[in-house]
Amino acid sequence: MTALRNILIRLSTTAVTLFGVAVIVFVVIRVVPGNPIAMMLPPGATDDDIARLEALYGFDKSIFQQFLIWGAGVLQGDFGTSISLRQPVADLVLGRLPATLELSIVALVMAMLLGGALALMGTLYRDTTTEAAVDVTAGMALSIPDFLWGLVLILLFGVLWPIFSISGRVSPSLDFDFATNFYLFEALLRLRFDVVGHLLSHSFMPALALAIPLAAIIAQLLKQSLKETMHLDYVTLARTKGYSEQHVITREALPNAVLPTLTLIGVQFTFLIGGTVIIERLFSYEGLGNMAIDAVINRDLPLIQGIVILFALLFTVINLLVDMLYVVLNPRLRHA
Amino acid sequence: MSAYLSIRNLTVRLKNGPVILRSVSLEVAAGQVHGLVGESGAGKSMIGKTLLGTLPRAMEITAGEIWLDGTELLSQSPADRRRRIGATAALIPQDPLTALNPSKRIGPQITRRLVDILGWTAADADARARELLDEVQIPQISRVMRSYPHELSGGMRQRILIASAFAAEPKLIIADEPTTALDVTVQKQILRLIRNMQHRHGTALLFVTHDLGVVSKICDTLSVLYAGKVVEEARMQRFFMRPIHPYSQALLAATPSYLDPEGSLMPVPANVIDAVEEEVRFHDIRAGTR
Repeated sequence: MTALRNILIRLSTTAVTLFGVAVIVFVVIRVVPGNPIAMMLPPGATDDDIARLEALYGFDKSIFQQFLIWGAGVLQGDFGTSISLRQPVADLVLGRLPATLELSIVALVMAMLLGGALALMGTLYRDTTTEAAVDVTAGMALSIPDFLWGLVLILLFGVLWPIFSISGRVSPSLDFDFATNFYLFEALLRLRFDVVGHLLSHSFMPALALAIPLAAIIAQLLKQSLKETMHLDYVTLARTKGYSEQHVITREALPNAVLPTLTLIGVQFTFLIGGTVIIERLFSYEGLGNMAIDAVINRDLPLIQGIVILFALLFTVINLLVDMLYVVLNPRLRHA
Repeated sequence: MSAYLSIRNLTVRLKNGPVILRSVSLEVAAGQVHGLVGESGAGKSMIGKTLLGTLPRAMEITAGEIWLDGTELLSQSPADRRRRIGATAALIPQDPLTALNPSKRIGPQITRRLVDILGWTAADADARARELLDEVQIPQISRVMRSYPHELSGGMRQRILIASAFAAEPKLIIADEPTTALDVTVQKQILRLIRNMQHRHGTALLFVTHDLGVVSKICDTLSVLYAGKVVEEARMQRFFMRPIHPYSQALLAATPSYLDPEGSLMPVPANVIDAVEEEVRFHDIRAGTR
């Protein structure tokens, strides 16, 4: 009963958040310099032409009126029409969302595997040079931002040793008909592991660039909480029962030590999705972020609004999921 | 050799630091209860930790032997020692609130080691856990086994830890101040429970405590520890009738009496402390550890 009430409260705050985001974006992109109409017309267009086009897109009305018209559309699922691409914004944005989601999830999985492995290694060999090496590695990984890692990776695995594809989501040569835009999940479900391999060779580098800084944060925090947990009585008791150090770390300490890291991953995952904007551009990956940059360059106001609202919705949904996961994993919260 | 556990000349020190245990020797006979008494910092718990292989990494064993059931432990590989300890000894920890894993149900916390380490079947382990929980007078056993630690009281948790310690029928149990973290009314029950369980199972028990009152109720023999050195080793009756070492005498005199709370609370006199310190120093010089 209280769980249902909590979810309802969360949903209503989400609605308020989204409304606020919509207002801010709507106003800001109309206040900053740059006119979408001017971008569309050839130089030397008459004032008459400009006025007619402005009227066509509704830019002649006040911001408040424009917002009401747009808002009424949104409530009916109509996010307007992209100025530069001349297609419904909802179709465009939802068409690109799977690409960005897949990239982010691959990056998240990489970050958890890398960060988790580093943390476990640092804990198993704590107070030795191996732990110091883990600390240095994590520190270095963290002090370089994701887009620079992207450049480093392109130089390493795109130029020096061209192992992975450096651009796009798929090669044009790929002979496979996707029924959805979730290429990777679809290929996995249809058990076409050759296609999965192809997709991963494309998403490997952008995903790794996004994953490295997050992996470093996970490694640092998880190792810290693991080391603290290793001193606790129940861990000591498990040792006296004859369990190996590996077992004690992974089975006794990890399930408790992982909780603060999970909260952090939830927060950091939204930053990671924010990072996709630049990384997708860098790797010419056909996702939402790449589309967002084009939309800004073209002053495609309806498209910018659609993308920002979708990102905001995505972030709140992720936070909600993390909270729910936390309750599942921590038995002490279940009765609260 | 009648002693089930025999510690000989065990010396433990902080790496590049002070000596924690000074050539400690003690014996626990099969089925007997041996008390290990001393004030905070005397190194009582360190003996248990060395024995169980849970010594903090900053400490090292510089000399000595630990014989458990005719096998010397310190000369074995860490993995062998760990398995041998896991199979033959068990620990009743000090604080029941922190000694159970908060993210695991009670049942598996008792049964997993029987299955993982000792190779029992899951059904046997489950039956054994129920039997032991019944023995320590846990009500509603099925419900408790499905519970998480935070759903149970401190006294319940200590009973569960006792049941868990006896589950594999170990020959030796180390009880590290098992009643210190409990409130006084529960202390008595738990103490009686440990004594009854020890009797019934014929387990040798190394009972670590600072409480001479507790020792008098449960132990057959005892060692008095000061600054990591055994200053007196005695059978119970003789110790309480005629303590030999001045420090032991002072400790006995310092035990508060319920009937005379004001007059009985006597601190250990300074000259006794000085004398013991002198003795410890003398030992260190002779052993070349200072």
